[in-house]
Amino acid sequence: MASVEIRNVRKAFGPVQVLHGVNVDIADGEFVVLVGPSGCGKSTLLRMLAGLENITSGEIAIGPRVVNNVPPKDRDIAMVFQNYALYPHMTVFDNMAFSMKLAKAPKEVMEQEVGRAAKILGLEALLQRYPRQLSGGQRQRVAMGRAIVRNPQVFLFDEPLSNLDAKLRVQMRAEIKELHQRLRVTTVYVTHDQIEAMTMADKIVVMNGGHVEQVGPPLELYDRPANLFVAGFIGSPAMNLVKGGPAEGGFQAEGGAVLPLPQSLRGEAGIYGIRPEHIQLREDGIPATVVLVEPTGSETQVVARIGQTPLTCAFRERVTARPGETIRIMPEMGLVHLFESGSGRRLAA
Amino acid sequence: MSATTASVWTKPQQQANWLVRLFDWKPFLAFACLLPAAGLLLVFLTYPLGLGIWLAFTDTTIGRSGYWVGLENFQYLLEDPLWWNAVFYSVFYTGIATIGKFALGLWLALLLNNHLPFKSLLRAIILLPWIVPTVLSAIAFWWIYDPQFSIISFLLVDKLGILDNYIDFLGSAWPARFSLIAANIWRGIPFVAISLLAGLQTISPSLYEAALLDGSTGWQRFRYITFPMLMPILAIVMTFSIIFTFTDFQLVYAITRGGPVNSTHLLATLAFQRGIPGGQLGEGAAIAVSMIPFLVFATLFSYFGLARRKWQQGEGND
Repeated sequence: MASVEIRNVRKAFGPVQVLHGVNVDIADGEFVVLVGPSGCGKSTLLRMLAGLENITSGEIAIGPRVVNNVPPKDRDIAMVFQNYALYPHMTVFDNMAFSMKLAKAPKEVMEQEVGRAAKILGLEALLQRYPRQLSGGQRQRVAMGRAIVRNPQVFLFDEPLSNLDAKLRVQMRAEIKELHQRLRVTTVYVTHDQIEAMTMADKIVVMNGGHVEQVGPPLELYDRPANLFVAGFIGSPAMNLVKGGPAEGGFQAEGGAVLPLPQSLRGEAGIYGIRPEHIQLREDGIPATVVLVEPTGSETQVVARIGQTPLTCAFRERVTARPGETIRIMPEMGLVHLFESGSGRRLAA
Repeated sequence: MSATTASVWTKPQQQANWLVRLFDWKPFLAFACLLPAAGLLLVFLTYPLGLGIWLAFTDTTIGRSGYWVGLENFQYLLEDPLWWNAVFYSVFYTGIATIGKFALGLWLALLLNNHLPFKSLLRAIILLPWIVPTVLSAIAFWWIYDPQFSIISFLLVDKLGILDNYIDFLGSAWPARFSLIAANIWRGIPFVAISLLAGLQTISPSLYEAALLDGSTGWQRFRYITFPMLMPILAIVMTFSIIFTFTDFQLVYAITRGGPVNSTHLLATLAFQRGIPGGQLGEGAAIAVSMIPFLVFATLFSYFGLARRKWQQGEGND
């Protein structure tokens, strides 16, 4: 096992700059998730870590060793690809044993190591099958098995769950996390799904447009997003963001409504942020017109308008209101965020 | 005031005429659509093949319809050294040319699969030898192999001074045999290279990346990934290539006409020689028919030996 340091790494494909100086420190045994929208450079960063893309400038170190010029096979890493990249003409056993076969390991060692990985992942019965004969989840497990067999310093996952259906995704998510808790190998995991990031990570790196927007534990990012991008990206349904300016007793939204603001933030212009789950139904709340009601069972999502400003709310209680009716809602004062309108930076309360 | 009533429009029921009904009848439609293709096959494939096989069992000559002679023609061939010679050269020609075509064609395909400047232009150029009519390229080779005006001899003797004498490419048996094989390889490479290139492009790049991380060398990636994954298409291309090479006629007939001293006769050229200029239609047909077992064997070998792979089928293990 090893720590990973990414120091001021840049990447350019020809004239196109993809990564603009990225710094990430990953501690030994940590589970780090790189998350961001498509094209933010997260997969490129992972591939640079794997050695599949060269590094335009900056340094990547695995353990004490700078690996910029170390070929992939000597970096002591294992990677799980989005499409699994299983060798279709080899059985599960041969797929998992391939790295050892290349290294000319004796047959007993191969059987022992593959057996160990197969046992961890519950693949014992499938060793003689071909990838074609496996389901999506089984292929996913074989791809992980191939990584485990190599006993790497670092596991790399490149959007490994995006080809699975929703239910299997949740199941594999738990399996990967459990596997990490068992093996305690440093893991770097790329995804565009913020729920995957939130549920799995020890530490999340939010990326956007080749920059790191924020690094931190999941709940830290949820509670104190550094800027508008992170605020909008983390959390589902997304945070309500309302433009406006200071007003008597709170925040004047552009649509005309006045929203409550903590004392310390009053008088500041900017963008008002409140998460849907931090809006409550209150008798003494602000009147709002219901636009849409979406019951999900565990909670009810309601889009309601205060003046012209639509707000998404998520209530734990069941709401019987119909579109067009009026409900009374109130943002929780202590959980309101205010962002600078120019830089998007969050103003600390 | 009169009440307006909305008139209801109904689609008039029309009795379709008999022709429309005939073409709506599936069996007739299938028959009508198949007719042109089936007709062409019957007239230009089944009839000549049937006639050829029939002739092989008769003693027909040009100008005289023959009598059924059973296997007599084949018995005669078995004792004919020229036929044995043609069998030997057909197999030799096919074997060596196939090895050459596939070695060079695969190599070329691997090169073209890399990122090269002017990639599509290069691919188009590669196809040229295949597009040029065979007889035209045969005439070019005839010149290249000419005892007096050969460019190869000119370069080796006059320009580079490596050899002292001009090479006599087509004047004696073995040089002539190898010269023809070289011409056939040159002509066959594009087909192999382009087909295999298509096969190479279906291999997912992430497999190579996975193999790279698994610690493979370039040769190991070829040996364990490229080659096995190319095997199905390789088998099909090889089957076609073997059939085309074994039944080759044009190149040999245009360059050597089977000479010198019948040493470069393929079965196809020998059959033609016996049947048309020689007038022995029955015997020529028998020679042509004698190619069939070789072709069937080659096809079965490629098909069963190389093409069927369990990992492609996706069926159960048991």
